[in-house]
Amino acid sequence: MTVLAMASRDAPKAAIEPPAASLRGVTRHYRFPGGAKTLHALGPIDLDLRQGEFFSVVGPSGCGKSTLLDVLAGLNPPSEGTASFEGKPIAGVPDGIGVVFQEDASFPWLTVEANVAFGLKRAGIGQAEIDRRVDYAVGFMGLRDFRQSYPAQLSGGMRQRVCIARTLVLQPRLILLDEPFGALDQQTRLIMGDELLRLWRETRATVLLITHSLDEAAMLADRVGVMSARPGLFIDIIETGWPSDRDSRIVADPRFGEMTGRIWEKLRTETMKHMQTQGAGPR
Amino acid sequence: MSSKVLASKTMASKTLPSRTLPGEALRNIVPPIVLALVLILCWQGLHLATASGAISSPAATLARLVVLMGSGRFWLDVAETGTAFAWALVLSIVLGIGLGVALALLRPVGEVMEPILVTFYSLPKVTLYPLVLLIFGLGMPAKIAFGIMHGLVPITLLTRNAITQLKPVYLRTAKVMRLSAFEAVRSVVLPAIIPELVAGIRIGFSLSLLGVLIGEMFASKRGLGFTAVNAMGLGDLDTIMAIGVFLALFAVLANGGLLSLERAIRHRSAGR
Ligand SMILES: Nc1ncnc2c1ncn2[C@@H]1O[C@H](COP(=O)(O)OP(=O)(O)OP(=O)(O)O)[C@@H](O)[C@H]1O
Ligand SMILES: [Mg+2]
Repeated sequence: MTVLAMASRDAPKAAIEPPAASLRGVTRHYRFPGGAKTLHALGPIDLDLRQGEFFSVVGPSGCGKSTLLDVLAGLNPPSEGTASFEGKPIAGVPDGIGVVFQEDASFPWLTVEANVAFGLKRAGIGQAEIDRRVDYAVGFMGLRDFRQSYPAQLSGGMRQRVCIARTLVLQPRLILLDEPFGALDQQTRLIMGDELLRLWRETRATVLLITHSLDEAAMLADRVGVMSARPGLFIDIIETGWPSDRDSRIVADPRFGEMTGRIWEKLRTETMKHMQTQGAGPR
Repeated sequence: MSSKVLASKTMASKTLPSRTLPGEALRNIVPPIVLALVLILCWQGLHLATASGAISSPAATLARLVVLMGSGRFWLDVAETGTAFAWALVLSIVLGIGLGVALALLRPVGEVMEPILVTFYSLPKVTLYPLVLLIFGLGMPAKIAFGIMHGLVPITLLTRNAITQLKPVYLRTAKVMRLSAFEAVRSVVLPAIIPELVAGIRIGFSLSLLGVLIGEMFASKRGLGFTAVNAMGLGDLDTIMAIGVFLALFAVLANGGLLSLERAIRHRSAGR
């Protein structure tokens, strides 16, 4: 039993577990500044995240993936529909959800160590426990030699790992990751993917990962949600059927190629549609 | 707050390669010294080039400064100017930061006010002198008002700018960590904008000193500004120059101190 393991998941599995989070008819419209016109960014979406699953989301740029994450995190209320976490409607950021944003969110004025401990200090956790968790997360993310460094002294990928560690130590039951390895090269992405799987197995948290990489989506997830161009809808949700002790070696498996092929087939039509209607997209 | 910042700075320097090589230290000290020597040489040259007495020589100025610094009257002036300046600076900082925060939060108001403030900033404030005198009369309040008129605007603008430019993802992080509004301001917004605030204070510092001195020239019977104007009337060039040098030294040293504080804070946010 490790420091980051989740007590709640040790309970014997019920026959049908309630979903970790669920969305019902969720849409999101953004208002253009000043005008009465709105932009339909997302939905309507119905989605159940199963307790403890690894769910990845792929979709063309600007299709509303980050918007979806905002709704789940309670940062933005849905325009229509309902979102709930552990059976309770999401109003404001619920306790037990951790988010790693698409942009670098490490605090430049704090050391790596202080960054990672940031949320714990606020949560009023004892110093000994903070030290223990920070130590573990810093080691887990391979940042041990950089504990005293400032983000400006780290590479983009390392900063993103700081943000992951900062989220991890709070022991969230649902972890939302928005393109956390965007700044990394393919090889490092695969390695970080392994780390993420290790983390997921250890914490038994429910993970939702947004990614642009089909390989990453196919290799990491239990289920891959493929989104349409804006307004984002799930056009397909593909079960990968991988064993839970999978790792990046799976990319050599012929079934892996088949899987990415399937996802790409779905996405290709969507991406083409997207390019034709709005160029490369506003963001 | 600042002690925390300084503490973490020293922690940072531990992890960096040592920079206290003798060559490095020389490189930091030599340029200012060379610059000072060049300036003094130019000064001497100007003195020689102009008709006798138009510009005092460095030596005469220094001699006069030594005499001045030995007199009680001079230090009374310094105390007078210093008091007005301290008030002007503190009020500029407090009001400037308060106003900057308000204009950042009330975004539409801030957008309207920004160009107005920039215009005011570039306006020669002497044109408003009669108005200030009318309101405050002669003396300390008028001097302080003059200092604030110069120092307030840059601090306001830089504070507003720092807040509006704050990376939204920092606030989103604070929200996800479920911080209270107070906690978010204390542990996220404030540290994020502190480098800008120090920069604003540094500029406000020089400008409010300038404002106080101008105020003393017009609206006071005491202080360094008044003494300089008085000496001008008497044709006492050495005194004017000596006061000028005294103020310049003070301003340069203070500015240098604030600049290195700002750098120390920025150091980490902006890289090496
Ligand atoms: N705060 C906002 N105000 C107005 N429009 C927004 C806002 N945030 C997002 N949008 C719009 O909503 C749409 C979806 O944006 P979102 O960031 O969710 O896309 P995404 O799928 O995450 O894209 P990417 O893969 O490039 O990160 C975009 O067209 C974007 O312009
Ligand atoms: Mg996004």
